[in-house]
Amino acid sequence: MTQIVLKTEGLTLGYGDRAVIDDLSMAFPDRQVTSILGPNGCGKSTLLRALARLLRPSRGTVTLDGEDVFSLDTRALARRLAILPQAPNAPDGITVMELIKRGRTPWRGLLAAWSAQDLEKCTAALRHVGLGDQMDRPLNTLSGGQRQRAWIALVLAQDTPYLLLDEPTTWLDLRHQLEVLTLLRERNRRDGTTVITVLHDLNLAARYSDHLVLLGPAGLVATGAPDDVLSEDNLRHAFGLEAMVTPDPVTGTPMIVPR
Amino acid sequence: MRFAFPVLLLVFAAIATLAAGVRSVPVPEIWHALTAFDQTNPLHIVVRDIRLPRLIAGLAAGASLGMAGSIMQSLTRNPLADPGLMGVNAGAAFTIVLGAFLLGRADGGFIAALSFPGAALASLGVFAIGGGVRGETGPVRLTLAGIALNALLMSLVSAIVLTRTEALEVFRFWAAGSLAQANVRPLLEMSTIAALGAGSALLLAPRLEALALGSGLAKGLGTRPGRIQLGALAVVTMLTGAAVSIAGPIAFLGLMVPPLARRISGHTLRFEIMISALFGATILLLADTAGRLLIAPAEIRVGIMTALIGAPVFIWIARRLRPGALT
Repeated sequence: MTQIVLKTEGLTLGYGDRAVIDDLSMAFPDRQVTSILGPNGCGKSTLLRALARLLRPSRGTVTLDGEDVFSLDTRALARRLAILPQAPNAPDGITVMELIKRGRTPWRGLLAAWSAQDLEKCTAALRHVGLGDQMDRPLNTLSGGQRQRAWIALVLAQDTPYLLLDEPTTWLDLRHQLEVLTLLRERNRRDGTTVITVLHDLNLAARYSDHLVLLGPAGLVATGAPDDVLSEDNLRHAFGLEAMVTPDPVTGTPMIVPR
Repeated sequence: MRFAFPVLLLVFAAIATLAAGVRSVPVPEIWHALTAFDQTNPLHIVVRDIRLPRLIAGLAAGASLGMAGSIMQSLTRNPLADPGLMGVNAGAAFTIVLGAFLLGRADGGFIAALSFPGAALASLGVFAIGGGVRGETGPVRLTLAGIALNALLMSLVSAIVLTRTEALEVFRFWAAGSLAQANVRPLLEMSTIAALGAGSALLLAPRLEALALGSGLAKGLGTRPGRIQLGALAVVTMLTGAAVSIAGPIAFLGLMVPPLARRISGHTLRFEIMISALFGATILLLADTAGRLLIAPAEIRVGIMTALIGAPVFIWIARRLRPGALT
């Protein structure tokens, strides 16, 4: 029986008058990898941003351990939950280590002296993403895949039991997408970190996730294990896509082949 | 030690400020003037009454502008941002010419008294126009608001100085900054404000580092972007308001110092601010000393000297930027 800590109740999200997510009540299983899937514009990123208190709901709540994330002290919450938004901004010429250290922001005191633990978490995060020997290089001299791994190291260094990532594989080629998803799952299996990502690639999501949330134009279509969620019916509802679902010859997880 | 070189440079600039001029004073004599003042010795009087206030003014104004530039560049994510962008110089210019227009006064104390309120009001205006009141402010909005308010204030200044000759005289005299009026400016008050600004800047630096990653990530890291921006603009106002009250507008200093400082400090904002303070004071003092020596016994105002040095540095930075670096 998996425990539920992070959930939404009657969540309504929108920009201006337009509700992107309407009256959504659902739960995210603890210590699992969850992927949020759905067509463009269905509110995947919007939902993720609300989970991380970046977007205030027009109605309803997001609760972590029974407490509304908007009523929690934001710094205290930042020690439990990290989010990597899409397209963050890096100062021109910043080095990898200088960037990663900013992930320690919620743990630093008023005078913000560096503790041995801060530096240890940063180097551990860099080693985990395979950039242990690149820490003094300027970020903008790295390849696209390395750069994305550096950003992931920043939220890993934040050292939180909940890790939210908005499309962490966008712009990456297939090999680098696999690399990123592998390292997120490693983190989950090793430290029990709850990982929630927004993903576009259904087959990769099925391979790397324990739990899927499928959104469609009219809201939640299905949620549960990949085998249950990725059915031909659900895909038609969510994407308006006629597809065949067959076991992935390598992993046995559902694989989507459009007709 | 990363501070050794900037500190040595500043010590050299400070000694040059006290020693050089129409009457050059040997270093041992400077020491005597400071420790065993003899009021019958004219060299001692030059050091104590003319050059020492000038040194203090240069230290306070230069360090303030260096630090303010560093904060502005981090806040706007623009390596070419100048603290003048917050409208402080235009605000001070406006209140001064308005004062001269309405009251017909133009003495040093009067100018100093009007500078700081004008500077503070203008930067408050930039923050309000830039969406700060509704918590919607961001780097692009702030930059545009700064440009707009600067243009508005400077056209009002032009309108006033064109209709009243006294106002024109005051403006002409003030518009290129100078350390020459140091002894009639409120050095103690303004240095205190600058010191408070410097302390707050160092406390704010780690949160500004988070904000530079974008407001989404900054919130995720447990900071409050709106409050950080408000705090940073208050600090910039204190620092640049103090500087403009002491020395008038000093072009380019706040723009050129932080990129030079970053070559030593890297992207650790707290170090960058400290090195910027040292470099800002050093460059301003050296520029002032050079301005006093080049066409002695006349002098070139330090605001003109910094513009002469700053323009090439500006071009150098602009040429090194990669396309898209400002987005």
